[in-house]
Amino acid sequence: MAQTHAAIETTHPSDHPPGTHYFVPQPSLYPFILSGGMFLLALGFILFMNKFAAGSWIMLAGTGVILTVVVRWFGRIIHESQTGSYREWEDKSFRYGMIWFILSEVAFFAAFFGALFYVRNISVPDLLTMLPRHDFTLYPEYKDLLWPASGGGPKGIAFTPMGAWGIPAINTALLLSSGATITWAHWALLKNNRTQLNLGLFLTIALGVVFLGFQGYEYYHAYTELGLTMGAGVYGATFFMLTGFHGFHVTLGTIMLMVIYGRCLKGHFTANRHFAFEGVAWYWHFVDVVWLGLFIMVYWL
Amino acid sequence: MSHATTAPHETHHDAHYPGGIMRWLTTTNHKDIGSMYLTFALIMFFVGGAMILAVRAELFQPGLQLMQPEFFNQLIGIHALVMIFAALMPAATGFANWQIPLMIGAPDMALPRINNWGFWLLPPAAILLTLPFLLAVFGIGDGALNTGWTMYAPLSVQGGIGVDFAIFSIHILGISSILGSINVIVTIFNLRAPGMTMMKLPIFCWGWLITAFLLIATIPVLAGAVTMLLTDRHFGTHFFNAAGGGDPILFQHLFWFFGHPEVYILLLPVWGLMPHVLATFSRKPMYGYKAQVYSFIAIGLLSVVVWAHHFFTAGLPVPALLYFMYSTMAISLPLAVLFFCWIATMWKGAMSFETPMLFAQGFIIMFGVAGLTGLVLADVAADAQYHHSYFVIAHFHYALFAGGIMGVMTGVYYWLPKWTGYMYDEKLGKLHFWLTVISFNLTFMPQFFLGLAGMPRRIPDYALQFTEFNAISTVGAMILGFSQLIFAWNIWKCARGHANGLAPAEGRAWEGATGLEWELSSPPPHHSWEVQPDLRQPGA
Amino acid sequence: MKTTHRFVRHRLPLALSAFSAALTALTLPASALADYSWNFPPPVTPIARDTLNIHNEFMLIITGIFVVVFAIMAYSMFKHRKSVGHQPAKFTGPMGRLQWIWALVPFAILLFIDFVVMGIPAFHAVIEMEDTKTKADMVLKITGMQWKWQYEYPESGVKFISNMSTPRDQIANKEAKGENYLLEVDNEVVLPVDKKVRILLTSTDVIHTWWVPQFGVKRDAIPGFLRETWVRIEEPGVYRGQCAELCGKDHGFMPVVVRAVPEPEYAAWIEKKKAEQEAAAAGSDKTWSKDELLAKGKEVYEAQCSACHQPDGKGIPPAFPALSGSKIVLGPLLSPEGKLIRDSHVDRVLNGKEGTAMQAFKATLNDVELAAVITYERNALGNSKGDLIQPAQIKALR
Ligand code: HEA
Ligand code: HEA
Ligand code: HEC
Ligand code: CUA
Ligand SMILES: [Cu+2]
Repeated sequence: MAQTHAAIETTHPSDHPPGTHYFVPQPSLYPFILSGGMFLLALGFILFMNKFAAGSWIMLAGTGVILTVVVRWFGRIIHESQTGSYREWEDKSFRYGMIWFILSEVAFFAAFFGALFYVRNISVPDLLTMLPRHDFTLYPEYKDLLWPASGGGPKGIAFTPMGAWGIPAINTALLLSSGATITWAHWALLKNNRTQLNLGLFLTIALGVVFLGFQGYEYYHAYTELGLTMGAGVYGATFFMLTGFHGFHVTLGTIMLMVIYGRCLKGHFTANRHFAFEGVAWYWHFVDVVWLGLFIMVYWL
Repeated sequence: MSHATTAPHETHHDAHYPGGIMRWLTTTNHKDIGSMYLTFALIMFFVGGAMILAVRAELFQPGLQLMQPEFFNQLIGIHALVMIFAALMPAATGFANWQIPLMIGAPDMALPRINNWGFWLLPPAAILLTLPFLLAVFGIGDGALNTGWTMYAPLSVQGGIGVDFAIFSIHILGISSILGSINVIVTIFNLRAPGMTMMKLPIFCWGWLITAFLLIATIPVLAGAVTMLLTDRHFGTHFFNAAGGGDPILFQHLFWFFGHPEVYILLLPVWGLMPHVLATFSRKPMYGYKAQVYSFIAIGLLSVVVWAHHFFTAGLPVPALLYFMYSTMAISLPLAVLFFCWIATMWKGAMSFETPMLFAQGFIIMFGVAGLTGLVLADVAADAQYHHSYFVIAHFHYALFAGGIMGVMTGVYYWLPKWTGYMYDEKLGKLHFWLTVISFNLTFMPQFFLGLAGMPRRIPDYALQFTEFNAISTVGAMILGFSQLIFAWNIWKCARGHANGLAPAEGRAWEGATGLEWELSSPPPHHSWEVQPDLRQPGA
Repeated sequence: MKTTHRFVRHRLPLALSAFSAALTALTLPASALADYSWNFPPPVTPIARDTLNIHNEFMLIITGIFVVVFAIMAYSMFKHRKSVGHQPAKFTGPMGRLQWIWALVPFAILLFIDFVVMGIPAFHAVIEMEDTKTKADMVLKITGMQWKWQYEYPESGVKFISNMSTPRDQIANKEAKGENYLLEVDNEVVLPVDKKVRILLTSTDVIHTWWVPQFGVKRDAIPGFLRETWVRIEEPGVYRGQCAELCGKDHGFMPVVVRAVPEPEYAAWIEKKKAEQEAAAAGSDKTWSKDELLAKGKEVYEAQCSACHQPDGKGIPPAFPALSGSKIVLGPLLSPEGKLIRDSHVDRVLNGKEGTAMQAFKATLNDVELAAVITYERNALGNSKGDLIQPAQIKALR
């Protein structure tokens, strides 16, 4: 199978000479294998959570398959890109595609922001004011609290909420400057200044990594000293889900930046053709904007 | 005109393309992928149908005959998820894959490998959904999702391993839908033939475009909701638990923020293809193109602001009740425009009644029943009586089966000659139609009365006064189910038209058909529009 | 059917009513409206009556729309056929003023129907339905739990559980089904007629929905939250309904039975219940023999526990664990100081387990029942631990 596969992937770059037709890639086995890997990962995780020993091994296998395919699939795309399969027309498809993908991510975060809005403005106040509204209450002890203290819920455990002006403020500064450095790198690419491009990308990656380091520390602090855990009422739940998924996206973004950085070092991209760079930059800005939302809604207000 | 050859499938196989199973695993061709989507949908339609036939058999008489309540609860929820996510949505995506490039003059979909990935995510998702049934047989876990398709917390927090399987199945199905939607949007925006402005876009593509927007806006919210469910189940969070300040109703908000638009996601592709069919068989241009486009947009916008009409009895505050009632009612306005345009398209035409036209007209009438009963459901006061009764079940089967599935059948019969290169068997088609409408009404009309008389949904056993209507409904369902075998047989016959001695189809398979797809041979060449048609020149 | 209609003021303009009356005559024979198997069951509260009227009105309207729209379509299908040689027209939109009117009139009619004909009565009905507090005469608190209802009268402290009483053998078709198959309970909830009863709803585990069709009332019981609704029953009688939200295995076996009686009869019933409850509470202080506990325990087990743990104690693993041979059941009873041991048998029965179907029974059972069922589980269902716990010990743990 692997052999046929390799043969399919490498021998026929395109049906048509470039420049006349829209590029339709040759048949490829990657999507099928990737789906298989995702199946294994999901199956493994389900078994793992339900305490079946095989779970973690299946997860590991799935992850391995996914990583291998992703690396090879992207390798293939980079190869096609470098050998001139893509022109303006294909480029435009990628741009549209990336925009709509990012919009779907926005909707994903919207679900969690929506949940935060709901618990703060609807369910927690509902529970707090049960007595006046119904002349009866299930929670005599639970009243007169303000968010975030009320976010532990009527039967929650005690915790100290996360303040905004320590690490989170530093992290905001870090991410905002990383937004600037990547734009700076982009300008460089447009002017074909490769040194500035590489430096800008390097700085962006560094800022991303430092951000993640701080966030890791913050989590450690929350768990060990503040009693702030996933189980600390809806405050803890929304806090960790929002910041956690954001952190996960920063991680992905950083990896993507690293790939782009590697390609820049190899001299890929030109001033007018560099979709991959731009796509990653958009993604990074998106992650940035989500963080601003988090900083305001989760930490500050 | 027609480039059809006697052995159409052979001609496209130049040496580079793998044959056999590898063709399907690796394909990047929109037509192959479309065919896979449609085949998968048909298979899953039978799987989901077989599950509910077992349920109907149990409901034939009061008392528990065939199964225990635990298993019954698993069957109904998986029936719904399979029918919606693995039958109806893939069928619509199959249409998109086959038709959009043909209709807009494109060589293929814009992102062909992603397209293949979108399809190949479906089988694993379907396996995840149904695997727990099998595992339970081997003593692992207690079966599939047992909460109904709505997965309301905290019942789903309490549930067994089947809930986890369903959560990940939904994640994977969601990714597949997002990929499919991105492909549709990009193809429509970027690959239209020169000169095809958005206001010349075939209405089917418009229907799908709005569907794709809705999917991108709402599927991730569902993904978020089930992720919260997962962490509530396994990682100690309290999103849906009052003890920690959460709220079970939060899950309902998130679910229906997706779930209501979902019903339009299911039907917009069908509303898109209807005018083409009606125009073709009325031999008259479609009526009110622009009005329909604007209605689609209005439906898309309204659909995301009405979700709470699914839980009027949950105790929302009065202003919320009123808001959701009136906004829901507003959806009837753009839908009335669509009905008007459909009927006006037929008006003063020269109609003939081939199978697709029969299905289209059956669709209009029976979807009318669904829409009008939907309208009364929107009334908060009356909904207290309808909610979670068989009245709702009847309402949405008129929408989902008579609207969705019969709409898909309309499209299948209409485009089958284009896809296979052969005319399907008209006699069988007509037989299929009449058996379907009659038995469909026999199945679901009694359910309206059951609901009014007070029979709750999702019960494996019922009080004696509901016996007669349930018996009728079960008989109807059996006829309905087995009639669908005719459909499968007709498709199979047509796909192997050469062997079955069917007449080859012209490029323009129907006398009254207009649109780019009919300019191509039946079946179309490998790269559909290798050279894009130029619509800028008059007459091209 | 009483016809004091609340929305007379907002009735359709005369023309429309005449139109719908004509339609009624055509589409729904008068007998069909009276025969309630084709419609809502007979209403016995003001809300149910409003709901029925609204529903009837709506059904007429949508039947009217349906008939008109599809008559037009049928006409076209008949006249504009190819086979009768009709030549296709070419228009693609309204042309000329007349056609625009044709296109816009239905739209305007629909707008009117939606927001005036249907919208206004609906508005008033909603306001009325949600007004639970004004002039309420009494409060009934209802708690849904898997799979039974608990009713509580806060004013008098009466509190009891209502379980389905249809024998399992009828469900399994081993025995002929009774008249009220699946709609009968051991303890009916009794309410006075002609009093506004404010109902508070909650749940201990998952969402249930309290529904009695003849009251026109359906309201969810949400765990951890309170919901309200109200009824004013106008005629004495027995009214039956069911849980309407999927709540797990026995969702179909969770009936609601309300007996509405005249006020004096109601007062007498409350007194009787109170006396029963006091007698039971007195039992906590007496010392019970093992046999007494076992006999009582069997009774409690079969009513409260056997739905999940099964009559033979084998459960339905993995969802519902077996009690026969269970490590927890066969573990120690109390600590040497008489304190509760975490995750012990007593702890599980008293406090349940969060996130599972196992509920905290200390909220619903009294000391005697708890002591009896625990003793029973340890010494029956294939277990023979030999020890017992006294109601007084349970009382001390509360
Ligand atoms: C494809 C599926 C589909 C479609 C299209 C619809 C369409 C509509 N639905 Fe339905 N619905 C479902 C699928 C669908 N529904 C499902 C699956 C459920 C239950 C889910 C569950 O609980 O499991 C449900 C449940 C449901 C409820 C909740 C009921 C309850 O649980 O209590 C409500 C309440 O408002 C509702 C309303 C509507 C409305 C107002 C429309 C409107 O869109 C209808 C608009 C159409 C019309 C109004 C008809 C058009 C007009 C004419 C025919 C004539 C024109 C007239 C003139 C010219 C004058 N639906
Ligand atoms: C697209 C969606 C869709 C479709 C097409 C259907 C199709 C059907 N549905 Fe379903 N249904 C839902 C969506 C759908 N349903 C949803 C969302 C619910 C709510 C679930 C919930 O409460 O959570 C539901 C619930 C539901 C119930 C209520 C269950 C309950 O509340 O207890 C019932 C009861 O009659 C029912 C019946 C049917 C029937 C008879 C069909 C028929 O149309 C089916 C026709 C039958 C076939 C097509 C099968 C043919 C198979 C064979 C002939 C076997 C041959 C075998 C081989 C060849 C291998 N459905
Ligand atoms: C609605 C279902 C339900 C009912 C009714 C019910 N139980 Fe349970 N019970 C459970 C479930 C589920 C568990 C498993 C909890 C867990 O995961 O630990 C359980 C566990 C137990 C256990 C611990 C057994 C073990 O080995 O884990 C005991 C003891 C018990 N129940 C006693 C009772 C008694 C006594 C009653 C009645 C008064 C009762 N149960 C009624 C569902 C129920
Ligand atoms: Cu309780 Cu259903
Ligand atoms: Cu809806």
